[in-house]
Amino acid sequence: MSTSPEMYSLRVNGTEQHVKDAWIGESLLYVLRERLGFMGAKGACEQGECGSCTVLINNDAVCSCLVMAASAIDTDITTVEGLATTETPNDIQQAFVTEGAVQCGFCTPGLIVAVHHLLETNSSPSEIEVKEALSGNICRCTGYGRIFSAVQLVISQREKSVS
Amino acid sequence: MSIFSPRSLPEALEIANNHPTARLLAGGTDTMVEINFRHYEPTDIISLRHVRELQTFEQTGEVYRVGSAIPYREFENGSYAHISQALSEAARTVGSPQIRAAGTIGGNLGTCSPAGDTLPVLSALDAQIELASVNGTRVLSIHDFMLGVKRNARASNEIITAINFSKIDGYQGYAKVGVRNAMVISIASACLVHDPKNQRVAIALGAVGPTIIRCRESEAWLSDNTDLSTNSPISADITNEFARRVSAEARPITDHRSTAEYRKHAVGVLAQRLLKRAMQ
Ligand SMILES: Cc1cc2nc3c(=O)[nH]c(=O)nc-3n(C[C@H](O)[C@H](O)[C@H](O)COP(=O)(O)OP(=O)(O)OC[C@H]3O[C@@H](n4cnc5c(N)ncnc54)[C@H](O)[C@@H]3O)c2cc1C
Ligand code: FES
Ligand code: FES
Repeated sequence: MSTSPEMYSLRVNGTEQHVKDAWIGESLLYVLRERLGFMGAKGACEQGECGSCTVLINNDAVCSCLVMAASAIDTDITTVEGLATTETPNDIQQAFVTEGAVQCGFCTPGLIVAVHHLLETNSSPSEIEVKEALSGNICRCTGYGRIFSAVQLVISQREKSVS
Repeated sequence: MSIFSPRSLPEALEIANNHPTARLLAGGTDTMVEINFRHYEPTDIISLRHVRELQTFEQTGEVYRVGSAIPYREFENGSYAHISQALSEAARTVGSPQIRAAGTIGGNLGTCSPAGDTLPVLSALDAQIELASVNGTRVLSIHDFMLGVKRNARASNEIITAINFSKIDGYQGYAKVGVRNAMVISIASACLVHDPKNQRVAIALGAVGPTIIRCRESEAWLSDNTDLSTNSPISADITNEFARRVSAEARPITDHRSTAEYRKHAVGVLAQRLLKRAMQ
């Protein structure tokens, strides 16, 4: 099957999105932000080093800057916008605010997606598992301590709500 | 300019045959960096994302056949973590969780960088690389597949479909030197495999030559001087001499990541460490 790189559609947060007049080499990060208006994923390095562009593809957390957009047809793409609404943040986002894990906020959307993915696959990760799971997300502001506290807060809140 | 998203291997092979200049795209973790930084202008792309055959795993007796497009994560701690301890350790050192969810061994072979982390492992395991085209399938030893810095024996109409290697009972491990733990390209690396049944140790080095180096002379010296049918501890004299010989077989260069002298020293240390872990 051949897709014209100029015109194809992507399923983002459950909705088909049509991409027009695109260039073949465009990354998913670029298409999400510049063509489809999803500004959640951020671009800082465009070489897979910082994780600020993290999205889910078929429930795997990947760097959207390293995904060729036109190759992501027929996959389920989830961005941070798909995890909650602006009016009602989810528990991970709320915990980041409560714990002061957001300073400039540039790394935050990528981290929210990475933490969401971690807790979907492992609901009670150890400290080292949390660190490893977030090792692909760079934060230049917080020093990570508050980010780890936010993750611990979500874990304990979820444990309480189950028991 | 087209992007093809074949749904089966025969379809992918047909497209590759008709578009010899097309680039195959697996995880995209090498190719997209090249594109983002304008080091490569894509024309035609063949995306392997939807080719199921490349995601399959089989075991026939003592031989594993690993689909080329299975992501690293599956070898690190996923479904195939048990098949090779060294491959699992090497996979764990690649990039970050996001890179390991996307990147593949097929892509590591395709790029064929001397610092590719799975390549020393495939060398020490004497892996066989399966290459398919519309004309059929050929199997090449990893030693014949890797030709030089970012050069391999793949023909333009071929797709790497699988990697085959045998189960080995003894110790196997991978060690890598880099400036920190996460997200580093190797400065020097080594994979050691102990095969007590065949009384031999294999050691392969990464990032210290134009391609992966198998230290045949050091291996032969070790088997002449040690009983390799067991894993009983061996003397410090033997491990030190083995390290010295491995280091002598390395042919590193100095570049932006490190110096030739340091790399030569480092692979000796890694060889010694891995041999001690094997023999205890
Ligand atoms: C942030 C970051 C960190 C990294 N860290 C490491 C690291 O620690 N260690 C390491 O070894 N690498 C590292 N890499 C490099 C890269 O992730 C690996 O080389 C990976 O194995 C590439 O696989 P891929 O599927 O993403 O390749 P792609 O980019 O899809 O392809 C790479 C090349 O292989 C070819 N190819 C892909 N699949 C096939 C196939 N089935 N048959 C024939 N040719 C094929 C492609 O045409 C292309 O030329 C890193 C990359 C990034 C961005
Ligand atoms: S922008 Fe994708 S990892 Fe930095
Ligand atoms: S809050 Fe500024 S980079 Fe993390």
